[in-house]
Amino acid sequence: MSPPRVPLGAGGRGRDRRRRVAGVMFAVACTAATMVGVVALAVLLGDVIADGSHRLTGDFIGSFASRFPERAGVKAALLGSIWILGLTAVIAFPVSVAAAIYLEEYAPSNRLTKLIQLNIANLAGVPSIVYGILGLTVFVRALSLQRSILSGALTLSILILPVIIMASQEAIRAVPHSLREAAYGLGATRWQVVSLQVLPMAMPGILTGTILALSRAVGETAPLIMVGAVGFLAFTPTGGVMDQFTVMPLQIYNWISRPQEEFHELAAAGILVLLILLLTMNATAIILRTRFRRHH
Amino acid sequence: MPPQLAAEPDRPDSAALSFKRHRSLKEQIIGVVLFVCAAASVLVTVGIVAVLLRETLGFFAEVSLVEFLTNTQWTPLYVEKNFGIMPLAVGSFLVAAGAAVIAVPVGLLTAIFLSEYAGGRLRGILKPLLEILAGIPTVVYGYFALTFITPLLRSVFPETDVFNAASASIVVGIMIIPTVASLSEDALRAVPHALREGAYGLGATKYEVSTRVVVPAALSGVIASFILGISRAVGETMAVTIAAGALPNLTLNPLESIETMTAYIVQASLGDTPHGTIEYQTLYAVGMTLFLITLVMNVLSQWVLSRFREEYQ
Repeated sequence: MSPPRVPLGAGGRGRDRRRRVAGVMFAVACTAATMVGVVALAVLLGDVIADGSHRLTGDFIGSFASRFPERAGVKAALLGSIWILGLTAVIAFPVSVAAAIYLEEYAPSNRLTKLIQLNIANLAGVPSIVYGILGLTVFVRALSLQRSILSGALTLSILILPVIIMASQEAIRAVPHSLREAAYGLGATRWQVVSLQVLPMAMPGILTGTILALSRAVGETAPLIMVGAVGFLAFTPTGGVMDQFTVMPLQIYNWISRPQEEFHELAAAGILVLLILLLTMNATAIILRTRFRRHH
Repeated sequence: MPPQLAAEPDRPDSAALSFKRHRSLKEQIIGVVLFVCAAASVLVTVGIVAVLLRETLGFFAEVSLVEFLTNTQWTPLYVEKNFGIMPLAVGSFLVAAGAAVIAVPVGLLTAIFLSEYAGGRLRGILKPLLEILAGIPTVVYGYFALTFITPLLRSVFPETDVFNAASASIVVGIMIIPTVASLSEDALRAVPHALREGAYGLGATKYEVSTRVVVPAALSGVIASFILGISRAVGETMAVTIAAGALPNLTLNPLESIETMTAYIVQASLGDTPHGTIEYQTLYAVGMTLFLITLVMNVLSQWVLSRFREEYQ
């Protein structure tokens, strides 16, 4: 780095004043810029609450979608989202954590490991719609899983795989080395060290990362449109993972794309339900994180 | 720690040996299973490329690469078909550029505020708020654009279309502020305190320290955050589909209705495009273009980060 080009004490009082004014203006600009994000969040939430809160009733949660706005609800979409959430967690969690354990505890430092690591970083940057194309081609068509909950959950699992892997790696890396060395010193095998020492300590961090990744999956719309979740469904999944399905974001999109004002209000109410679901998930993650901090 | 481990005998009797062999076999199987899970991530990339490539090659068997890149019309779903990616690519570019105009300065100044100006308590409040902003589903941003930003724009510029690039740009810009801000802030905070103290010692003001010492020292991380944010804007789908429209229109006027690459993929998959037709293959050709553009940007951002990183101890 070249030495900083800071004016060194030279110049008269006029110059000092200019520097002070510039400093104050810059501080104001930084504060204002920070407020842009905060204000945008407040306006967005205010807009949705103003539009949707009067539609948010018990009937809205308990009813199916309908052509008649006054009768429509989110039952099928909410249950669909919970199905997708559960199934995605079951698929993505073990695979991601296993991959993270391999990369942190087992992998030799060679080209292949570097390639896997680079690949994971790049996968995290692939647009979600591209995962939708993958899901449509591989799960819906090639594996003939049709437009089912399973196809959707598999697609979203692949989408959040890199996110959970990277969060888990960070959590595993944070476990102090002395613990591993003590266990090895007592004659423990690698897997015993990992399963009995490292994982229990890293678990709160891993779970926090997993929940945040899952809340991203719950908010995803585009890949599920590709995989063929339907926008209008008047029954709840009963037959299990091969049923057709819809999810909250898709139901909201369906309502937004109709021109009538009433459906926009329904969309806003749906958004409130979705945000409450996400808030619950994030609150769980925050509680886990603070408990984790207290233990160390 | 299970007690039997500490008690494991050192004697080479046969029971202990078979126990050891058994244990090492189990260890090896576990190692292989873990490796397979990690390697699966490479399989995903291979899968994406293979899937996109297969149908894209089918597409280019019928449409020449020259037509794809130079034709100024995109009408694959009409009777008279044109396959020029330009309107879609320019649409994506227009939205991403508009988003960058908002997110780059706002994100960087936010990062400077969080890293240089805000105290611990204020940071503790602001960081989670930015995380919430980052966690809001894109379909919600789409709703916000359509029902709040667009009416606002139309009250200022009455000639604005109901679906327009500007409204999409604004929400996508808001959406990527947290990406730019948090990655830039990480880079700024990694600059060692000694550098700041040296500049303060020479009589520099906070503004001078921030803009002439800290930001230049963290420049690689800051630029990488810009590239990553813009790459996210190019790949953004739902907000753009809802707010910007579905009209492949070769224009740079942000008040007009346009269509981005991502929005086209959604539109084409919502309609019934029969498997195996050229219309169906366009989905993959556009997907491939999008994948390549974002891949180049992500690799570029990693390259900037590693090539121009300033190492401090």
